[in-house]
Amino acid sequence: MLDFGVVLSNFKFLIVQGFLGVGSFGGGTLRLAIPAIVLGFLLGIFIGLARLANVAWIRFPATIYVEFFRGVPLVMVIFWFWFIIPQLLQLPIPEYGVALTAFVIFEAAYFGEIVRAGVQSVPRGQAEAATAVGLRGSQTLRFVVLPQALRNMIPSLVTQIIVLFKDTSLASIIGYVDLTKAAQIVNNREIRPFELYLFIAVVYWICTYSMSRYARRLERRLAHA
Amino acid sequence: MKNSTAIEFRQVNKWFGKLHVLRDFSLKIDPGEVVVVCGPSGSGKSTLIRCVNRLEPIQSGEIIVLGESITQPGVNLSSLRARVGIVFQSFNLFPHMTALENIMLAPVKVRGLTRDEAEKTARALLERVGIPEKANNYPANLSGGQQQRVAIARALAMQPAIMLFDEPTSALDPEMINEVLDVMTDLAKEGMTMIVITHEMGFAKRVARRIVFMDEGQVIEEGGPDSFFDAPKFDRTRQFLSKILSH
Repeated sequence: MLDFGVVLSNFKFLIVQGFLGVGSFGGGTLRLAIPAIVLGFLLGIFIGLARLANVAWIRFPATIYVEFFRGVPLVMVIFWFWFIIPQLLQLPIPEYGVALTAFVIFEAAYFGEIVRAGVQSVPRGQAEAATAVGLRGSQTLRFVVLPQALRNMIPSLVTQIIVLFKDTSLASIIGYVDLTKAAQIVNNREIRPFELYLFIAVVYWICTYSMSRYARRLERRLAHA
Repeated sequence: MKNSTAIEFRQVNKWFGKLHVLRDFSLKIDPGEVVVVCGPSGSGKSTLIRCVNRLEPIQSGEIIVLGESITQPGVNLSSLRARVGIVFQSFNLFPHMTALENIMLAPVKVRGLTRDEAEKTARALLERVGIPEKANNYPANLSGGQQQRVAIARALAMQPAIMLFDEPTSALDPEMINEVLDVMTDLAKEGMTMIVITHEMGFAKRVARRIVFMDEGQVIEEGGPDSFFDAPKFDRTRQFLSKILSH
């Protein structure tokens, strides 16, 4: 018989430490996902714009970056940072630092492609009209192109954010205690896999579903028609 | 005024790859003059006016705008573009801004006006193009004719000395063409220097001081509206006129 008492009796560990990451030791799905999304997107903006640069020596490295990180598995990138970087730097890096760095660097490649597609979706006449009234290149980008590009990016951006959010569970392979790892730890003690994994599935789903609902609202609010 | 020419093209050559778009093109336009440019599609009309504010670079020759060569290196493009307004066939209004915000953007960001000053000017300009009540509408909620009038107001907000029009009525439904042409006619009467690419020959007859017929990147024929329409000198011009005037 199902017995969700196991969830209740471990609720604080699962949610406060595993999910939120505000407990006494370092961990937490949200504590990893939120900075990874923000920093990954910011880096992605630079990479996406660099891929559109007229100058080859800016465009070329950005293209290599995207093609490379898009072509290797995320787990492998996490392993590199876990095993190789501390050796090179000769100092230990905590799980959180490794996981966050790996996610930001990996996801920036995907965000970069989304930004590039978004910018390219804005008709050329828009930048032309902005240039024609005297705006400089950076002003054209900031006031005319990016606001429109961002709106067009929302659907793919949200998909990518959801993927990234769920992928944070991969950080558990280097011992980072996120929601998945927390459930694993509890399960090793209580042997209640069905209840525990069903519970965390619901937690993940509630988060991702609210993200897509919010995105749909945002899209409607930004559509001026 | 130290120079008596508003725009001068001197032997301008422009290529798009292998396509020779402007061939040794020369033309002088006086301050306050309204010049209508017509010609078949692909004749280089649009490219011609896009060179005046350097939206397109040229490969050889020289263009002088308000006494300053704009084809030399080191030209201040932002100040050039502030003095030369352009209106596009497809309006190109910024869809994420209201009509008012469209007009205010450049005065605030380029000329450094405060938002209050810019808003006052913008409202006055909307009044001038006849749609003060549309200030807070987004472009998607305006008709084509209204959008084009906002686009004209947006260009005027930079207080240009020259206005360029690239087929401003070609994308409009017939019943909206006149509201745009009326605004342009008023501008011409106020003494604005204008180059207008259009096939609205009624407008050309009434408003233009000179009509230039272009083909294959060159001036084929030019003249005042009377001589141009009533006694064209070249066959090529006659053929073209018969095609556009017969419908």
